Amino acid sequence: MSPSRVLERLLQLPVVLLGVSLIVFLMMTLTPGDPVEIMLADQRVTEEQVAIMRRDLGLDRPLVERYFVFLRNAVTGDFGLSFFHRRPVLDVIAERLPATIELTVFALLIAVVVAVPLGIAAAVARNSWLDRVLSAASLFGVSLPGFWFGILLIMLFAVQLGWFPVGGRIPFGWEVPRLTGFLLLDTVLAGRPDAFLRTLSHLVLPAITLGLPASALLARVIRGSMVEVLNTDYILFAEAKGLTRRRVLFLHALKNALIPAVTVLAIEAGGLLGGSMIVETVFGWPGLGRVVVESIFARNYPLVQAAVLLYAVIYVGMNFFADLLYASLNPKVRL
Amino acid sequence: MTATTLEAPPISPTGLALRRLLANRTAVLACAVVLIVALLAIFAPFVAPHDPADADLFRRLCAPAWADENTEPGYWLGCDSLGRDMLSRLIHGARVSLSVAAMVVGIAAVIGTMAGLAAGYLRGWTDTLVSRLVDTLLGFPYIVFAIGLMAMMGPGLHNIVMALVVKEWVFTCRVVRGETLAAREQDYVEAARALGCSPTHIMLREILPNVLSPVLVVATFRMAYVIIMEASLSFLGLGVQPPTASWGSMVADGRDFLVDAWWVSTLPGMCILVLVLAINLASQGLRDAFDPRLHQSS
Amino acid sequence: MTEPLLQVRGLRTVFPTRRGPLAAADGVDFEIAAGEALGVVGESGSGKSVTFLSVLGLIRLPGRIEAGEIIFDGRDLRRLPASELRALRGRMVALAMQDALSALNPSLTIGTQIAETLRAHGIPCDARAESIRLLARVGIPDAARRLADYPHQFSGGMRQRAMIAIALSARPRLLVADEPTTALDVTIRAQVLDLLDELRAESGLAVAMITHDLAVVAERCPRVMVMYAGQVVETGPTAQVIARPHHPYTRGLMESLPQLEDPDRPLHPIPGQVPDLASVDAGCRFRNRCAMALPDCARPVRLVPAGPHRLSRCIRAAEVSP
Repeated sequence: MSPSRVLERLLQLPVVLLGVSLIVFLMMTLTPGDPVEIMLADQRVTEEQVAIMRRDLGLDRPLVERYFVFLRNAVTGDFGLSFFHRRPVLDVIAERLPATIELTVFALLIAVVVAVPLGIAAAVARNSWLDRVLSAASLFGVSLPGFWFGILLIMLFAVQLGWFPVGGRIPFGWEVPRLTGFLLLDTVLAGRPDAFLRTLSHLVLPAITLGLPASALLARVIRGSMVEVLNTDYILFAEAKGLTRRRVLFLHALKNALIPAVTVLAIEAGGLLGGSMIVETVFGWPGLGRVVVESIFARNYPLVQAAVLLYAVIYVGMNFFADLLYASLNPKVRL
Repeated sequence: MTATTLEAPPISPTGLALRRLLANRTAVLACAVVLIVALLAIFAPFVAPHDPADADLFRRLCAPAWADENTEPGYWLGCDSLGRDMLSRLIHGARVSLSVAAMVVGIAAVIGTMAGLAAGYLRGWTDTLVSRLVDTLLGFPYIVFAIGLMAMMGPGLHNIVMALVVKEWVFTCRVVRGETLAAREQDYVEAARALGCSPTHIMLREILPNVLSPVLVVATFRMAYVIIMEASLSFLGLGVQPPTASWGSMVADGRDFLVDAWWVSTLPGMCILVLVLAINLASQGLRDAFDPRLHQSS
Repeated sequence: MTEPLLQVRGLRTVFPTRRGPLAAADGVDFEIAAGEALGVVGESGSGKSVTFLSVLGLIRLPGRIEAGEIIFDGRDLRRLPASELRALRGRMVALAMQDALSALNPSLTIGTQIAETLRAHGIPCDARAESIRLLARVGIPDAARRLADYPHQFSGGMRQRAMIAIALSARPRLLVADEPTTALDVTIRAQVLDLLDELRAESGLAVAMITHDLAVVAERCPRVMVMYAGQVVETGPTAQVIARPHHPYTRGLMESLPQLEDPDRPLHPIPGQVPDLASVDAGCRFRNRCAMALPDCARPVRLVPAGPHRLSRCIRAAEVSP
């Protein structure tokens, strides 16, 4: 992609981000229920004190001004206080985010490890039984409700077979020093192989729940793009030159076929963030998603709003990254 | 000696599509399943053997008919934690799922089509506005957005419909916009313009009919997604409220009883799976029927 | 008489379709001698490309070669194990495709695409030096630098030459050139055809030039083979076939060409349409468009001699050009 195109995409980014922030802001301000009343729910206050508080929080300013204040605060990381936790929202998010990232990364790993070989195999053995099975499995994966899949896995592997724990991140009562926030990494850094294994076992079911349905779509995409590539003239020409099947497949075909798959992956990664909210709830995973859901019921809106904004920013960022990736990998539009 | 064959009488594109659809056995089966579920949903009060809200703690967690410990004949699929009949709740749950899906997809299709037509045909500021809005809305992961909106609006069936519509219309809009952009270059549009037809007329009378089949295909695909979305929101407790039964909330209800009463969570989930699978198969069949070139299993 | 380099007898390649099995090549017989240039003429769907893809063993499932012998240099290619057939490709028989832009992998440099061919066939040489020599030989200036370029960085004519260089890198004995000049500007065409002539003269390369352009064949190929509806309908020395065709289809082709010397002559397209190959019978496939058709034409027709070095699949061959 020529530098001017990159610039063009770069300039679109703030527009979308602004739009996203506007929508999040509107969500918050249009929420029924007075935030002040919510905050002071369990205290006795006079009308006057409520009015003072309202003024302090800037809730009596015009909407437009409140939006810019919100923007300014957002950029500096000030999202206000989380009523529920009695701490700044940003702190709570920072504390919980690593768990979500850990889960999402593992899910992505599973998705890739499953989808890539299967997609390639299905494309090479087109219309064979393998292809048909994969096609059916893909359809299944897309039709499966994620939360139910998680519960089934719990019922089967945790309750019935007892291979994996039912929920949570580490066994109750175990302590691991918080070095990076990524528990798995922390167990390694702290030299606790037993904790490492236990933590891993806690990760397995949630990661599969999140990642396997994603692999269904990814495998489909990889198969499709492999089939398309295998049908091209240059693959025919490569075969006509007498190159070995393996070289044709892996060097010529795969290299070109994976390009669209990579961009799909980047977009999926963003989508997994949303799915993690549900998986975290099912498995009691102490990540950001679960906190958000809890906060909704506790009417802890500042945190919900901040989290939604964060997820959206990450998602927009990943989509943008996917675009850049596609452009840089596509040899016809080399940077 | 010339070789001419007798020409068969021409069939309309819709007729052709219908023929292709009927020839696809999987799609026909899938459509039948959807139809059956729809009928069950519509006639739920008459079909369900019991009142879905009728709770009786003596019956709680009784097993389905084929299990050994079945104690309550007439409660074929067992009872939930409050002693309510599973079968009846499942049938009423179908009502919730399908009505939400139908309403969301229907409204979103209308809004999306209008917006897409306007953006694609009128271009200029209209297009910029709509496209920016679409891009912004697409900047949110689906569930995150839905949850955010539900947080703001509170739970309930109508709120779910509204929340989902806000995100759904963009999918139809994108497709329609694309089709409109292509259509406006066609000769028949040029001709209409030359005849002095107003833009509204052109959009609604000329372009719209040609855009309907992609809209239909998109709508059927999205129905499957919306059903899962509604179920997910209900599972989290943000959807329909008790005592109304939604398959999603039923799964959530059974979470505490996975060990001894597996049917409370498993059965509703299976219903979701079957319905969504059927809809996906049917919409694939529909898409293939309308444009077999697009989806060859090559 | 020496053995021909390539002999194809009774080749039949079938593709399953919804309407039934379709024999894209049905009973194809021809020969190519070493060093010879054979023109292969026919319209789209006549089976020209399928024939040679079958020779190369590049027919993909679900299509398959159902019958016939493909004897190259004394060996029946159909009986070769897959690995030997693969070794043959590029080394003995090479393919140059119509559109070099789509024939070359867009994400690999030209240098890589030449070198891998050399390595695949174990040609003992310095890959880089040999690649430069090849590019220079086909007339690409500044060859050393251009090794690192990608296909889309070449102009159309240069790309075609590069593709020919790659195809010939393992020094094959037969080059199948599928529409080598169709995608090129008229001005470039002559250059590429000249190049092929030179390469032929230099190394005794045989060329099968598949084209629908009679003019190219008339100029560059001493012998021609005309295909129609999956079959060979006529073969012979080009000059004679053009001057006095022995098959109504060939004559129809000649007559349908606009003539520069007589611009006001009305054009005579061949009436009717090519039959659907999924539902043809055993008789002559041209008979529904032929002014000379007889009831006997509904019976199976074979390719038989119709004069010195000439073959025709018409029972009235002698009467086609009185």
